[in-house]
Amino acid sequence: MEMPNPNQMVIANKPRIVARLLGVLSADAVIHDEAETRAYECDALTAYKCPPLCAVLPSTTEEVAAVLKICHEEGVPVVPRGSGTSLAGGALPTADCIILGVARLADVLETNYDDRYIKVQTGRTNLSVTGAVEADDFFYAPDPSSQLACAIAGNIAMNSGGAHCLKYGVTTNNLLGVKMVLMDGTIMEIGGGYLDAPGYDLLGLICGSEGQMGVVTEATLRILHKPEGARPVLMAFNDNEVAGACVADIIKAGVLPVAIEFMDRLCIETSENFANAGYPDCEALLIVEVEGSDAEIDEQLGVIMQIARKHDPVELRESTSPEESAKIWLGRKSAFGAIGQISDYMCLDGTIPVSSLPMVLRRIGELSKEYGLRVGNVFHAGDGNMHPLILFDANKEGDLELCEAMGADILRLCVEAGGCLTGEHGVGIEKRDLMFDQFDPQDLELQMKLKDVFDPKWLLNPAKVFPLSASEGRRG
Amino acid sequence: MLTPKTESELAEAIAAASGPICVQGGGTRGIAVAGDLLSTTGLDGITLYEPGALTLVAKAGTPVSAVEEALAKENQRLPFEPMDHRAVMGTSGEPTIGGVVAGNVSGPRRIQAGACRDSLIGVRFVDGTGTVIKNGGRVMKNVTGYDLVKLMAGSFGTLGVLSEVSFKVLPGVAQVSTVKLLGLDVGQAVAAMSRALGSPFEVSGAAHDPQTQITSLRLEGFEASVAYRADALSDLLGHFGTVLIEETNAAQYWAAIRDVTDFAGLDGDIWRISVKPSDAPCVAEALPGMRLQFDWGGGLIWALSPQERDLRPALAGISGHATRIRGDGDIARFHPEPPATAALSAGIRAKFDPRGLLNTGLMGADHANHIHA
Repeated sequence: MEMPNPNQMVIANKPRIVARLLGVLSADAVIHDEAETRAYECDALTAYKCPPLCAVLPSTTEEVAAVLKICHEEGVPVVPRGSGTSLAGGALPTADCIILGVARLADVLETNYDDRYIKVQTGRTNLSVTGAVEADDFFYAPDPSSQLACAIAGNIAMNSGGAHCLKYGVTTNNLLGVKMVLMDGTIMEIGGGYLDAPGYDLLGLICGSEGQMGVVTEATLRILHKPEGARPVLMAFNDNEVAGACVADIIKAGVLPVAIEFMDRLCIETSENFANAGYPDCEALLIVEVEGSDAEIDEQLGVIMQIARKHDPVELRESTSPEESAKIWLGRKSAFGAIGQISDYMCLDGTIPVSSLPMVLRRIGELSKEYGLRVGNVFHAGDGNMHPLILFDANKEGDLELCEAMGADILRLCVEAGGCLTGEHGVGIEKRDLMFDQFDPQDLELQMKLKDVFDPKWLLNPAKVFPLSASEGRRG
Repeated sequence: MLTPKTESELAEAIAAASGPICVQGGGTRGIAVAGDLLSTTGLDGITLYEPGALTLVAKAGTPVSAVEEALAKENQRLPFEPMDHRAVMGTSGEPTIGGVVAGNVSGPRRIQAGACRDSLIGVRFVDGTGTVIKNGGRVMKNVTGYDLVKLMAGSFGTLGVLSEVSFKVLPGVAQVSTVKLLGLDVGQAVAAMSRALGSPFEVSGAAHDPQTQITSLRLEGFEASVAYRADALSDLLGHFGTVLIEETNAAQYWAAIRDVTDFAGLDGDIWRISVKPSDAPCVAEALPGMRLQFDWGGGLIWALSPQERDLRPALAGISGHATRIRGDGDIARFHPEPPATAALSAGIRAKFDPRGLLNTGLMGADHANHIHA
């Protein structure tokens, strides 16, 4: 993966830059020793690493502004970092950059049940936002798989989704307001506890801009009362296409499950060996979950089970207790870890129209044979967000490159099918060079013009999202 | 008047323009500005509808009624329940789906299902230079590149002229019931609505009419589920006063709330005020004697004010925003933005429409005083 050549002037100026940062932050918030900066050399896309010039951990919005102002004046690129869980390399440093970590900004600032929002600092983890309100039976809906570790800052940067977004939407649908610092140090607020901020939808623009427009330090998030209950049903089929048809029929019937998850044989078997969830022997498995009171759940599952029976299932298993529910979810939630136990893998997240599911699965199977690499499929079937896991051997020369080439082919296939390169992980560096497969040059040019408005010197996370060839003239 | 029939004709028309352009869909929402009229009504038709994928794509000039009809045939609907402005604006014509997007027009279900922008998953448009741009697509999870889809929603044709829009749609429902609370003042009504919206009973509409003192809560879904939740909600809110459950006429009743039809034909200016629901009683206090309607649990307040009276000074200190959707004279239609966001907005507009041709005078503080109502 190509990264821009570091700016040698910036590297040469490190002593002065560090001294200036120490002038606005406490000594323990400026990490500049070469051994210590290694802690920030990568995110969850571990195939690529590069220690930054230094890392800073500000404790207030004002400190963030002071850091950005210095970096703006010194021409230092800044890579914002939440918890470093990006699978797309969104927080990958360059040797001339400063990592700006928001980990010390983790407070809850306001909880308002009457107006149903919570205001937090963005270094707070996703799950601990729910943690702050669950004693009162409320929750924050977006639930990325990494929710135990990932920070709200990163969720906003990547517009993170999760398993339950079919009903509740993704981050952008649950974000009401932000406090944000621009690269020149300007502190601004957009939105708040009310709906639909006036003027252009800057909130919608910032969400998913991968840390390229500003550093978000505070967020006002919508919270909801927990449903009275939830119950999953497990459906096993002997054919991927039949499982796909069943999903479409459920949606057409007017039921809106809170989640519809799909697993294929490789993932079923691997997670079964790993977690012993008691999954049946089959080609394709669906987990469909609905919410409400017991009576409402019975009503919805009645409709869903009736549809499923028409598709000749190998097995239908409706949970009858919290323990059984947990077991039904266990295999799905263990799937990535289980695959990780048997092999190195690369996880993609292209989205396709649900109707193209059978065709795309068939083509992925063919690509798997062509490349000689195994692929497991786990995904959010209700919204078409695929998660093909390509298995490879990191110790075998050329295997990573082979895997990346196959991944690129799968993502191109998603685009051809009418979908997109990434549904919830973001572009980062991983999909940066495929952007021309989805967009025409004028589409990307206009997007880059938006960055010009927020960050005219292109110092914020500059080597991400756009192909380097496209952004070359803009980056310093 | 320009009425391009295709996206490329639209692009040619904008590229060839040398003066201000007034972008118009059905012309029902009262936002016309001076300039050559460019109508999107020639861009007509649903281009893709996959009920099993909950996805609909339509050309921007397609009538809203055509979209809703196609969806109803499959027992589906637009989640955000777009308002029809004709009654309250005193306009005629056929509202278009592009106009809905340009205004980010949403109805009572906004509190549950989100605004228009939340259901919008893709756009195609022509920017002020005549360049065709696409963003998003036809899938409901997409974080590939910047989200121009949201940016275009609610930009009132000032950043580009929409040629095609894509939506995530939702299943229709078997039963709609309204739980009504009688005799509450604004403070009690907002408290009751907050209690309802903070319950697990999936309230999809929460409105209060101070004239009749009726507070209305909407429940939608399968019959047994709606009946169960209506009872549960009645129990929860019983201490506020008399509770009635209405199982019929919900569609008309909520359409009237959505379209603020009570204000239709009445003299005066109409304001749309967005605040935190808990601030709604303060708004009522700040606007004494004015006819008000509360939607979104109190978060959306419609005010019928004397002509050409600026309500913003009276509302200063309450966080939120006020838009004057009907009225003559020099009062700004859109709420003034703080300097930092105004600067970004102006910068964005200059990139999208460097010649300043599209809906000149609409949005943006510099032009606020030149609206032709």
